[in-house]
Amino acid sequence: MMNQPIKTSIPKPPSKIKNYVTLLLVLFLLWGSSIQTDSSLAELVAGFPNMMDLLNQMVPPNWGYFDNITDAMLETIRMAVIGTTFGAILAIPIALFSASNLIQNIWVFYPIRFILNLIRTVPDLLLASIFVAIFGLGSLPGILALMVFSIGLIAKLTYESIEAIDPGPLEAMEAVGANKIQLIVFGVIPQVAAHFISYVLYTFEINVRAAAVLGLVGAGGIGLFYNKTLGFLEYDKTSSIIIYTLVAVLAIDYISTKLREKLL
Amino acid sequence: MSEAARKGMKPKKNRAGLWGIYLALALIYIWAFSGMNLPEIKPTAGQITKSIFNGMFHPDWDYVSDPGGEDLLHGLLDTLAIAALGTFISAVLCVPFAFWAAANMSKGKAASGTGKFVLSFIRTFPELVMAIMFIKAVGPGSFAGVLALGLHSIGMLGKLFSEEVENMDLGPTEALMATGANRFQILWFAVIPQVITGFLSYTLYRFEINVRSAAVLGVIGAGGIGTPLIFALTSRDWNRVGIILLGIIVMVTVIDLISGYLRRKIV
Repeated sequence: MMNQPIKTSIPKPPSKIKNYVTLLLVLFLLWGSSIQTDSSLAELVAGFPNMMDLLNQMVPPNWGYFDNITDAMLETIRMAVIGTTFGAILAIPIALFSASNLIQNIWVFYPIRFILNLIRTVPDLLLASIFVAIFGLGSLPGILALMVFSIGLIAKLTYESIEAIDPGPLEAMEAVGANKIQLIVFGVIPQVAAHFISYVLYTFEINVRAAAVLGLVGAGGIGLFYNKTLGFLEYDKTSSIIIYTLVAVLAIDYISTKLREKLL
Repeated sequence: MSEAARKGMKPKKNRAGLWGIYLALALIYIWAFSGMNLPEIKPTAGQITKSIFNGMFHPDWDYVSDPGGEDLLHGLLDTLAIAALGTFISAVLCVPFAFWAAANMSKGKAASGTGKFVLSFIRTFPELVMAIMFIKAVGPGSFAGVLALGLHSIGMLGKLFSEEVENMDLGPTEALMATGANRFQILWFAVIPQVITGFLSYTLYRFEINVRSAAVLGVIGAGGIGTPLIFALTSRDWNRVGIILLGIIVMVTVIDLISGYLRRKIV
């Protein structure tokens, strides 16, 4: 046996080189980004008076303008309701076909999941601008954009909760000879229904916010009025729109969150 | 067991409440659908859809890299830069908000409640409207997009950070206080080591969201890939629309994969 020297010193702390390299890399990325975007603090400071000017013009909101935009606000909520509903209905079969514990064939659920992932990468406003190009101005392209977006989100969340259900009831039903439809109606739906409704409400909250800006690309709703008022430099009216949207969104969020808390 | 007895075993649900909910839902839907006037579908819709799909499958590959400057890669790089810088700004600015809104760090319930309200106000303010306001201040371009994302993301990041701070173990803080550490030392040695992983993970998550938002900001002139997309849509250059959409899908997917991998490594 070789006599090994006994270590008496305190062990060295792990090397921090990796942290420093990461930090340097991040700083380099940020520096590159600021060059790419022409960001400069000087420009912000120089532009600051302009912005304060804008805020000053916005500050007393034009309270009378609320009457003009109530119809548009209601249309926004309608678009969100209809878009979310159709999206949720279409998401049900898609979620069932992409759950790996119901459909064991990987050639079915992997392609569907892949398409769902692709759908979710396209932001809703871009979807809306494409639908506007196809169908023209109005609320229809907005509803379609919200619908496609809802399918992507609801189907993903739902198939994940279908995969997490308790397999016991399904096995018991299979053992007594239930077919696939009976399995889904009596084994799957009772277990995921509450989750599904909660996801639909959550998507509805997101869709109300999204619907409020879809009008900027001509897809209906209150967003159209941003273009109108900003184009005519009527900033007091713009701030009325913002306040109205905030109140409506916060109210809907509050109701929806309460309902979701009750469900789960 | 008789049929009646079996029926009696069913748990009694609150029937009246259930019917109330159905009625409310029915009313909401009647209201929603009656207000929608039947949309007129343009006769050209089918043709345009066909051209868009055609464009998607025959993308304008020449647009990917153009030495002149205004090409796809330049636009995507711009989008990523806006998202990175915007996320960084908000991750720094939201820290004080997070400690303000955290119930265990703020003095009293009123303070943390106000902090939470301010954060939810920022969250609800549409980022596109913020971008429009910043365009007024610094002119159209990427910088306006950076500022809009930087300000808007404070809302969500501040909320997530404050929840992370609220879930912190207070033991180390008390221990340091007992040995006579000052506030700065407590923050540096007890608070930051506990929350830093959560902060980093949420920041990466927000970066994923901001990449999508930055792709949209160009629609109103705040830089990024959205501007050439809108130009291509209005000039009906479907092959170019196809290549830009492909570019966005590939970029978002790659960023999600990388960021997801990093987040799993951090936590």
